Amino acid sequence: MTTYSLISVILYLILSPVIACLFSGVDRIVTARMQGRRGPKLLQPFYDIMKLFSKENTSVNEIQKILVMAHCFFAVFSGAIFFAGEDILLVLFALTMAEVFLILAAYSVNAAYSEIGAQRELLQMMAYEPMTLLTAVGFYLSVGSFKVGDIIRSDVPLIVKMPGFFLGFCFILVIKFRKSPFDLATSHHAHQEVIKGLTGDLAGPAYGFSELAELYEEILMLGMAGLFFISSDKISIIWAACAVVILLFCMSLVDNIFPRVKWESLLKSSWIVTLFAGGANLVILSLVR
Amino acid sequence: MPELAFLILFPFATAFILFFLKRDSKVRSFFVFFGAFGELAASICFAVDSLLHRDLEMGTFFLPDTHFSDMIMAAVEVCLMLIVFFLSIKYKKYFVILLSAFGTIPAVYLDFSGISETTASHIKVDYLTMIMILVVGIVGSLICVYAVGYIRDYHHHHKEFKDRSGYFLSMLFVFLGAMMGLISSDNLMWMYFFWEITSVCSFLLIGYSRTSEAVTNSFRALWMNLLGGCGFMAAIIFCICVMEITNISQLLVFATLPSMAVFPVAMLSFAALTKSAQMPFSRWLLGAMVAPTPTSALLHSATMVKAGVYLLLRLSPMMGGSEVGIMVTVIGGFTFFAASLLAITVTDGKKVLAYSTISNLGLITAAAGCGLPEAVWAGIMLLIFHAVTKSMMFMSVGAYENSTGSRDVEDMHGMIVRYPRLAFVMTIGIFGMSVVPMGMCVAKWAALKAFIDSGYVYLTMFLCFGSATTLFYWVKWLGKIFSVSRGSMKHEYTVCFSEWLSIYPLSFIAVFLCIVYPLISRFAVVPYIQNAFSGSLSRFVTAAFPDSTIVPASSGTVAAISTEDFVIMGVMLICMCILPLAMRFVNSVQERRVLSYMSGFNAGDDRSFYDSFGEERGQYLSNWYMQDLFGEKKILTGCLILTAVFLICIMASCAVGGLFL
Amino acid sequence: MRISKSPWLLHYDGSSCNGCDIEVLATTAPRFDIERFGIINTGNPRHADIFLCTGGVNSQNQDVVRQIYDQMPDPKVVLACGICACDGGIFKDCYNILGGTDTVIPVDVYVPGCAVRPEALIDGVVKALKILDEKNEKMKRGEYRSLTSSEYAAKINGDVKEAGDSEGEEKTDA
Repeated sequence: MTTYSLISVILYLILSPVIACLFSGVDRIVTARMQGRRGPKLLQPFYDIMKLFSKENTSVNEIQKILVMAHCFFAVFSGAIFFAGEDILLVLFALTMAEVFLILAAYSVNAAYSEIGAQRELLQMMAYEPMTLLTAVGFYLSVGSFKVGDIIRSDVPLIVKMPGFFLGFCFILVIKFRKSPFDLATSHHAHQEVIKGLTGDLAGPAYGFSELAELYEEILMLGMAGLFFISSDKISIIWAACAVVILLFCMSLVDNIFPRVKWESLLKSSWIVTLFAGGANLVILSLVR
Repeated sequence: MPELAFLILFPFATAFILFFLKRDSKVRSFFVFFGAFGELAASICFAVDSLLHRDLEMGTFFLPDTHFSDMIMAAVEVCLMLIVFFLSIKYKKYFVILLSAFGTIPAVYLDFSGISETTASHIKVDYLTMIMILVVGIVGSLICVYAVGYIRDYHHHHKEFKDRSGYFLSMLFVFLGAMMGLISSDNLMWMYFFWEITSVCSFLLIGYSRTSEAVTNSFRALWMNLLGGCGFMAAIIFCICVMEITNISQLLVFATLPSMAVFPVAMLSFAALTKSAQMPFSRWLLGAMVAPTPTSALLHSATMVKAGVYLLLRLSPMMGGSEVGIMVTVIGGFTFFAASLLAITVTDGKKVLAYSTISNLGLITAAAGCGLPEAVWAGIMLLIFHAVTKSMMFMSVGAYENSTGSRDVEDMHGMIVRYPRLAFVMTIGIFGMSVVPMGMCVAKWAALKAFIDSGYVYLTMFLCFGSATTLFYWVKWLGKIFSVSRGSMKHEYTVCFSEWLSIYPLSFIAVFLCIVYPLISRFAVVPYIQNAFSGSLSRFVTAAFPDSTIVPASSGTVAAISTEDFVIMGVMLICMCILPLAMRFVNSVQERRVLSYMSGFNAGDDRSFYDSFGEERGQYLSNWYMQDLFGEKKILTGCLILTAVFLICIMASCAVGGLFL
Repeated sequence: MRISKSPWLLHYDGSSCNGCDIEVLATTAPRFDIERFGIINTGNPRHADIFLCTGGVNSQNQDVVRQIYDQMPDPKVVLACGICACDGGIFKDCYNILGGTDTVIPVDVYVPGCAVRPEALIDGVVKALKILDEKNEKMKRGEYRSLTSSEYAAKINGDVKEAGDSEGEEKTDA
């Protein structure tokens, strides 16, 4: 681990909740404006999280809270691996493990809503996981390494080589960000999908931990999206930042335009997109290589 | 040589004694323990001794002249054939007779006519053999230990079946011995001999309870395996008559697959696919679930099915890029994905395990088929991890069944409170099968990298989709275990000592392996690969992946998993291990316990609610099985037909190409 | 940071005529846009800070109201919205009606009206926020814990309740 990666990890740990909160605040304002409302304050997501941590500790059983904390830990951990410039597959695997802990927390409460949420979350994982793995494969094929540190040093922005992967990745990003039409397991702010699905039985600080994990995860996913635009050229960072902002705006737009789909459609559509967008690009990259 | 002879013959001797100890007694338990732990110790001693003193690089050869034992084998083969004849006639499955005769008669003819006589060694020990001996020796023996207590409980619960436990235990040991013979044989005739023993033995074990279902399933297993045996025999005849070789190592001297060797390699791969229950033949393994759990564990984890992938891994250096390679990778990759989809749709715990086994074997098969050193590395690692983890899973499901009378995943609801120790073991098992710092996933990771490098795009796709579906069925099972029902109590265990005696060591090994696998890799797997691919290594380095170092022997891991990755995974593993401790700490903070949310209708606890008539009703939470989307009824037949057609086409083209061109 | 900057709201419909509920929904809709104040209409007591009750309590839903209230983590406030929630309203003498929300759980703010107007509702919520902050302060000092529904039941047994007493309960709790 070099000093450089150490610094970026520390920055990630400190800054991501702040940045993600700001993103989320802007998202809520933009959403409100699209609906002809004023919307909350910019710092509203920050207030929300602070409030959750100051509330009373309640839980349904002994293992619920530790599982949520493990979820939070591994989510942060996987982001740290990413920003340390390590293997991107390992990042994805660690993230999977984090998700598994959240699902177990939801299962552990033995309640209908939580369990439906947990299974939907599992389904969502099944829907997006092939694409995230394929994205990593795409990076490997175009750069020759799984290391994030190597991927950011590519000669050209990788979007040129892997537009199909990017398309697929954006598609599953909607699932990852829990945006409509794919917010089956749980949803953001004013939506109440099956009474907030797998977070349904989390209260106070425990819920706060799951929200915090989500903020870290969001930055990680945006980082992965940014990888498509970053090259050895320093200016590319600006392009990546612009791309991420545009991507976020599109997410809000999609969130507002589309109604929620059924789980079958979620699974089928994301697999089809993965198969055709990701698969076609994969074939081309392998042939070129 | 005497050590090896002991390894092979000792289980047979134990089996012979057990066969006559029909009643459950202290003496019989003693003999089982003695036989199993003797075998376990012997295999470890043999492995250590081989590592230190033998030349495993090139392999140590034994027994050039074996006229006498060949005669005995021929006699035993005839006996096996007669057993099959007798049972086929008894149960009116006449076509099995044909299959059995097709395999055995040429074998006997070759033995007696002296055509198969050779001066080459019959037994060869190299690194792969040593690994397999350790796997079979440790896991297989522990399964035999487990069987002592299990079969007692089994007959306690199933009074309707005739108690033939002595026979059952002796068959387990026969199996063990045959497996030891199979993996150490170099001579194809010998290999075939042990191959047939395992086929017939599994047939007898599956049909143990003699119910009509068991009989049907056992015959299905038999005919599929005998069909594979026929393929094996065809390969032998071709090797002896056309190529004039008798040993598998003589076949492996070719760097690439010469057109002359296409036919035997294709036939051997075909035999291996049947044995490993790959897609058109997967149904025998599911049928094998009617047998008592030790059979399932032994068949699925340590022995039977591993024989197939073992053969494929041996042949792997020849398969890269060839027609046979394509056959094996497509079948393997497809099976990996399809079986994991099917595993989502079944509720029976043992069936989930069976599908998961088929799926994982598919992955090993695919890895072997793509013929890259890294892929073989991943395949061998998968084989080791799978054997340990899966047998542990089978045993804990079996123990749970004996405790509660059900092995349905749905009935494992809240197991963490009711049976904490078993739940803990199962959690290790499921984590071991599905998430990353644990073994299986690490090997899968290496396989993914190898698949990308191999250029087989479809394998990459199969792996990406298959790992997503794999995760689904494991995590939902784990979720069931973790559901805590308020007010449920710890239950009495009826799991007996011998079962714990095998479950605990295996779960320890499963965790331990995650830490020491770089050592295994460095001292056993990598040397084997270096040697096996010595002829073809340069070809791969220049052609397939110019920029990666294949075998950095210093770190002991392959390039897919660097030292840094290993350190990170170590950290993750440690974090997981301290979770239970952290739980104590977190729970020391005062907090209020509330009911789970049921729209405010909980009736006092979280197991029941008030319905619209104000009456109390039990709540039942079920997992998703998605049978409408890809249930067994929907896709199984299609998958079988698809793979069968594909297999027939490729086999036909191999046969035509190999025999006439 | 004041906890009132992020008050999440749970709406429960007792046995109302649905007039108040329509007004409540209107309040959350764009025209009144209560998200301006950071208010989110959650569907789950675990996430809520404000319990907004409309309609009276009847013999069938009394346990539900109690349970939902108990499942909310502290600090929490209860709003009785509409005259039915305040004291039973027009349904008061029905065979199945027990009375207002405060017959089963402690109520902090009473918002009268038939149906309650969005303006009144927002006004009520703003009042509730002050109480919420006070409760939070006391809770931090360890001086306060809200009554559970069973404690409350024990307390009001024999007590003569005065309808319209808008701030009765939370003062006595401290």
